[in-house]
Amino acid sequence: MKQNDAATDTGANHETDQQTLFGDRSGQLAKESRVPAGKPDAGAHGTAVTLDDVSISFGDHVAVRNVTLQLPAREVTALVGPSGCGKTSVLRAINRLHDHTGGVVRGTIRLGSLDVYGTDVQPEVLRSRIGMVFQKPNPFPTMSIFDNVISGLRFNGVRNKRLLREMGIAALHNAALWDIVKDRLHQPALRLSGGQQQRLCIARALAIEPEVLLMDEPCSALDPVATAKIEDLIRHLSGEVTIALVTHNMFQAARVSDNVAVFLLGEDRVGELVEVGPTDRVFDTPSDARTKAYVTGHVG
Amino acid sequence: MSKLPSMQVALDGAMPDMGLAEVARRRLVVRDSARRSIGRRRTAGRAMQVICLLAVPIALAPLVALAIATVSKGAGALSIGFLAHAPTPEGVPGGGISTAIVGSGEIIAYAIALAVPLGLFIALFLFERPGPIASAIRFSADVMSGVPSIIIGIFAYAVYVERFHHFSDVAAGFALGVLMLPIMVRANEEAMRTVSVDLWEAGISLGARRSRVARSVVLRGALPGVVTGNLLALARGVGETAPLLFTVASPTFAMTLLIFNDATQPYPDAQQTAWGTALVLLALVLILSVIARTVAWTLNRKTR
Repeated sequence: MKQNDAATDTGANHETDQQTLFGDRSGQLAKESRVPAGKPDAGAHGTAVTLDDVSISFGDHVAVRNVTLQLPAREVTALVGPSGCGKTSVLRAINRLHDHTGGVVRGTIRLGSLDVYGTDVQPEVLRSRIGMVFQKPNPFPTMSIFDNVISGLRFNGVRNKRLLREMGIAALHNAALWDIVKDRLHQPALRLSGGQQQRLCIARALAIEPEVLLMDEPCSALDPVATAKIEDLIRHLSGEVTIALVTHNMFQAARVSDNVAVFLLGEDRVGELVEVGPTDRVFDTPSDARTKAYVTGHVG
Repeated sequence: MSKLPSMQVALDGAMPDMGLAEVARRRLVVRDSARRSIGRRRTAGRAMQVICLLAVPIALAPLVALAIATVSKGAGALSIGFLAHAPTPEGVPGGGISTAIVGSGEIIAYAIALAVPLGLFIALFLFERPGPIASAIRFSADVMSGVPSIIIGIFAYAVYVERFHHFSDVAAGFALGVLMLPIMVRANEEAMRTVSVDLWEAGISLGARRSRVARSVVLRGALPGVVTGNLLALARGVGETAPLLFTVASPTFAMTLLIFNDATQPYPDAQQTAWGTALVLLALVLILSVIARTVAWTLNRKTR
């Protein structure tokens, strides 16, 4: 159903680097320890993000409730479900974007072992570990292509010119954009096509070397060819970075994800998580009747 | 459902192999930088916040001081008679400013009659027919709004008073209208620009004529901004004195002229009248601004 050999291959090589990649930190993050990899549904590399009984509300309106979900490290987890069932709300809770929109997040979200909503967590530092790609491509219109890519590094205080250049180029390579933009790095970002702009935004998110990449329907504004390129990119990146992908497209979820989390609207119009599991299993033999109806296209 | 054939977008081989150790090292560099710089970034953020907060009282102080001075010195003059009676000659008690209020009202009415419709049509032209002519008009509007108001007064004197051989409210209204017009044009055009092109295209694609789309989509969408912009331009015009110097027959026929005239006289009575008139004028401008805000707010709310 879904070919995942590449990710598994590189994954095996990563195993020994786990400590350096996720565990070896100083300062504020030093108190983090490796997440015990004992859970039956944890991926080969442990769990990158853990949501425990998370509910999100805006004023009186509860958008989604009681979500308990693990994002296996360096795998792609697709969040699927009909509009308004809280997928995006859950995604935005992971990097605390609701701090700015008045959304209230209850429950616990952990990045590694760090409590994302802990009182001593500085949201800016947290977000420097989590990248985000939005529904519509949103490159900074006043910046050049290259300045867009390294903007996150600059925001985080990186000033070393050589490092900025190296990491920017690496990010453009990673986003499969280098060959297209290498001769016009200093042109305005808005000269790129929509699909290229979205890949620029992915490069921008990747430049800070995030551990987790949140993608909120990154292909919904793109044509099929641009979509296929982004999907390739997602597969390519999955061995390096943990990806949470919100999508309306069941086929996309089936094509690129290792795991699927299915959200549906409850009877009281509140979103809830009805099923999580490996993509093959959820699509082939869904255990929840509602999931079955949804993934086979009978509702939603 | 199977995986699409891979597009092979040069993911492989193009990049010099960086290796995971290098990725990890760079990741640490960014994290370190983020952590080490967070204190500096927060301090800078706080400093800017403090500057912004300090700017508030600095901006408010002149306004508050002006309001206090005008109210404290002008409130004593206020009475029904002050508003309802005509001015009396110097030394005769009991005079009011009724002629100045009526005169100012007439001048403003003429100015509105001239500037509001013209401002709307010119702005519509700028919006609907971009090109060298529109650019020229826009440029001259920008220059016009910077022309000192005394020059507009002389202009009105030359084209109206001299030609018809008498001072009048019409001449003063003309002068104020010319003064307000460029401000209104630019405000209207800006308001129209806030209506998205998508809506304009939606209207055209439904088979509507351009003029109909201009009315039902562009003007309707721009209405809150148009009303606010026009009222604010009006508030600006109401307070002008210079254009009236050359156009109004007597200082008792316009509030701003009355203030100018009475305030420069050595008699306490006259000075008291000037302060009272200033207070009335200030109240009028305040009321215009409040109406502008309320209308804009109400119109905006209707669409949600």
